[in-house]
Amino acid sequence: MPTDTRTAIRIEGLRKSFRDNHALRGVDLDIPAGIVFALLGANGAGKTTTINVLTTLLAPDAGTVRVAGFDVVTQANEVRASIGVTGQFAAVDGLLTGEENLRLMARLAHLERTTAEARIARLLDQFDLAEAARKPTSTYSGGMRRRLDLAMSLVLDPAIVFLDEPTTGVDPRGRAVMWDIVRGLADQGITIFLTTQYLEEADQLASRVAVIEGGTIIADGTPAELKRRVGTGHLLLDLPTPGALAAASAVLPGATADSAALTLRVGGETDANTVRDTLVRLNDAGVPIGNLRIVTPDLDDVFFALTGTAKTKENQ
Amino acid sequence: MSTATPATLARPRPVSDTLTMFRRSLLHNLRNPTGPIMAIVGGIVILLLFVYVFGGTLGAGLVAGGTRSDYLAYITPSIMLMGGVGIMQMISVWVSMDMSEGIIARFRTMAIARSSVLAGHAYSGIVLVIIAAFPLLGFAVLLGYRPHADGPQWLGLVGFILLLAIALSWLAVAFGLASRRVENASNLPLVVLILPMVSSGFVPVASFPAGLREFAQYQPFTPIINTLRGLLAGQATASTAWSAIGWLLGIAVVGYAWSLWLYRRRATVR
Repeated sequence: MPTDTRTAIRIEGLRKSFRDNHALRGVDLDIPAGIVFALLGANGAGKTTTINVLTTLLAPDAGTVRVAGFDVVTQANEVRASIGVTGQFAAVDGLLTGEENLRLMARLAHLERTTAEARIARLLDQFDLAEAARKPTSTYSGGMRRRLDLAMSLVLDPAIVFLDEPTTGVDPRGRAVMWDIVRGLADQGITIFLTTQYLEEADQLASRVAVIEGGTIIADGTPAELKRRVGTGHLLLDLPTPGALAAASAVLPGATADSAALTLRVGGETDANTVRDTLVRLNDAGVPIGNLRIVTPDLDDVFFALTGTAKTKENQ
Repeated sequence: MSTATPATLARPRPVSDTLTMFRRSLLHNLRNPTGPIMAIVGGIVILLLFVYVFGGTLGAGLVAGGTRSDYLAYITPSIMLMGGVGIMQMISVWVSMDMSEGIIARFRTMAIARSSVLAGHAYSGIVLVIIAAFPLLGFAVLLGYRPHADGPQWLGLVGFILLLAIALSWLAVAFGLASRRVENASNLPLVVLILPMVSSGFVPVASFPAGLREFAQYQPFTPIINTLRGLLAGQATASTAWSAIGWLLGIAVVGYAWSLWLYRRRATVR
């Protein structure tokens, strides 16, 4: 039975290894119901493994995990009846039509026929699939498949929806559509657990963000708190020659040089005064500069701020 | 907020879930009927080839003064089996496709009976094996073959083909799960295509060289084909039939257990 209805997901000391690869090394998270939660991390950080444990696809090696108040190991079917899952690959049946896919989900969710038909009609409408409802999904565009995939996750009216990298490989327009959909679901009071590689996406959608790296949570808080630690971004300078790059590095010892691309990455503030000061210092030292770009914070900046290393580390 | 009541929705319903999956598999085959059609057409081609190209010589070798039509009667049961093997290949491919796609992960995050996905494929396989076997028998009749089975033997034939279909379908599901790639899924069922060739399926076992003859006598397809042939000819023998039924039950149980074991092992990580 649910112990605390205000907690959607509680993870304590979660560990999971695949032979020598320690994918999760002790994850703790406490996610209240009704919020959009983002798990931010690079490839191989442990995002998908976490989702697979939460959605009963993988059994944890150690730790306790409760989803919607149910234990994922001993009450797996109760968890399954409370969640909707949309993975990284569209899990739709290509030989059936969109409507048939939804009906398949309704039957497997053991819904009554009238409830099912009403819900299918509503979902087709909500996800802008009504026109294509009777066409096989093999004829759908990538964006339509993703929308159908999400609609299929919603057929059983879940309390919690898991979205594994919902916009990876989606074009900018598709991303905007997906963001709107996620916001719409949040407005309906559904708890959303999403994973992403994009700081911007976490910032746009979530009210709570945790950063995962090497199988542990290295930061957990509101997007504002995270951004306060990360800063506003960085300045990227193109230098014309290796000599100029060396000279610029000497003037700005805190910056990170990329000798292959001949660029210098200058962290810290990116407001006009700071940028001007940096340029003046380079000019005073006689360093020629090529292009200049101000880059909004990305995952690399998050890791730079949180771990002090510039590059996202490979999972060791 | 959500109106879902996990307590009532959480209980898997094996019968209803299996029916849902069975309907899905049948729909797949209706949408893509080339598989079942090719299984039947393939059987017809083999029948025509063996009867009209090789049948004169083979019929003469069968019994003294044997003819093409004697040979037609001899291989009709083998051809019915061949149709079933064609369906097996298709079922293996369907299962393998399912396992390679995201939809299986979705099913596994839902509160449904674990076995239902596989059972859906197996049951549609059973229906299709039966659907393939009888048109092939019909075609043989069209070429002049006349079965001599009486009422009880016809019933026995239908029951026997049902058991054959169950055994072949579960074995096909296991083959599909055992194939790492969809492209390879139709290869394993080829074993079941070769074995009847080295049985009493196409020529009498007595004509085989020593060694092969013993193998043919003791492999499952000799009693299976002999039982089919006996039932059609109206002269089935109980001992052969029991031996065939034993083999088929064995194949069905092994196919089923192997399928579930592979499914549990494979369905975890993608």
